[in-house]
Amino acid sequence: MTLELFRIDDRLVHGQVVIGWGLPHALGFLVVVDDAIAAAPWEQELYRMGTPEGMEVRFATVDEAAAALPGYQADARAGMLLTADVATMVRLVDSVPAVQQVTIGGLHHRTDRVPRLRFVFLSPSEETALRGLAARGVHVSAQDVPTSAPIPLEAVLAADGTE
Amino acid sequence: MSDVRAAVVAGHGSVAAGLCSAVTQIVGTQHALVAVSNEGGSPDEIRAALEAALDASGAAVLFTDLPAGSCTMAARRIARARPELVVVTGVSLPVLLAYVTGSEVAAAVRAGQGALAVVGGGA
Repeated sequence: MTLELFRIDDRLVHGQVVIGWGLPHALGFLVVVDDAIAAAPWEQELYRMGTPEGMEVRFATVDEAAAALPGYQADARAGMLLTADVATMVRLVDSVPAVQQVTIGGLHHRTDRVPRLRFVFLSPSEETALRGLAARGVHVSAQDVPTSAPIPLEAVLAADGTE
Repeated sequence: MSDVRAAVVAGHGSVAAGLCSAVTQIVGTQHALVAVSNEGGSPDEIRAALEAALDASGAAVLFTDLPAGSCTMAARRIARARPELVVVTGVSLPVLLAYVTGSEVAAAVRAGQGALAVVGGGA
């Protein structure tokens, strides 16, 4: 097992992650990559309180995560890395070209975003950034829970939220 | 019951609305439960919805479903700013029934714990 899932989700650690993905993938650790949360002990404790026993949560800045990625990938447990937004994931991939697959798990309504899927709203700059990831060979798709089919980025960008 | 018990109930999908509906079916409308769903909401939107429900209802108790759920995360953040707010996670129908019929929060939680049982199947 290893760090096998790279997920963009503005809710970060929540039910879909710890239960929906956590149980079938037997996730043993989560890595929350967020510069602000990495410097916020109260926020870290909030997320730790919500995770089930046996699931470790680590917090890292983008730079820390990039440096630690080989260690995450050598971990005997299955893991998921989470960012709350597209920009943070792009920064990570910039530092770690080895990331080959990114899943949009949930990006919700914001005034600068338009609906693409029930659980995916994107701004023009986010769409450009995701296209940039895909152009570099990163496989980008949207998938909220493991039992739903992953939706390729091009299909996401062609959708209008009325799925 | 003399006092109307107010609370906000929040959770995934329609679980909060379903629980509130079930409470009304069982004890009538002598309560002020407000249901909030996390469906489709960003963390900020969920928090705003919970704060609006608390303000509108005057509730001092907020029940959520999953300890790790987005409603619970938002509720804990609200409780940090409103120390008087009581957040109860893992809500169930027995917990809500006990609360709206007059039990204090701790007793309502015990009622919910006491309602858990495994019957049959060689248990």
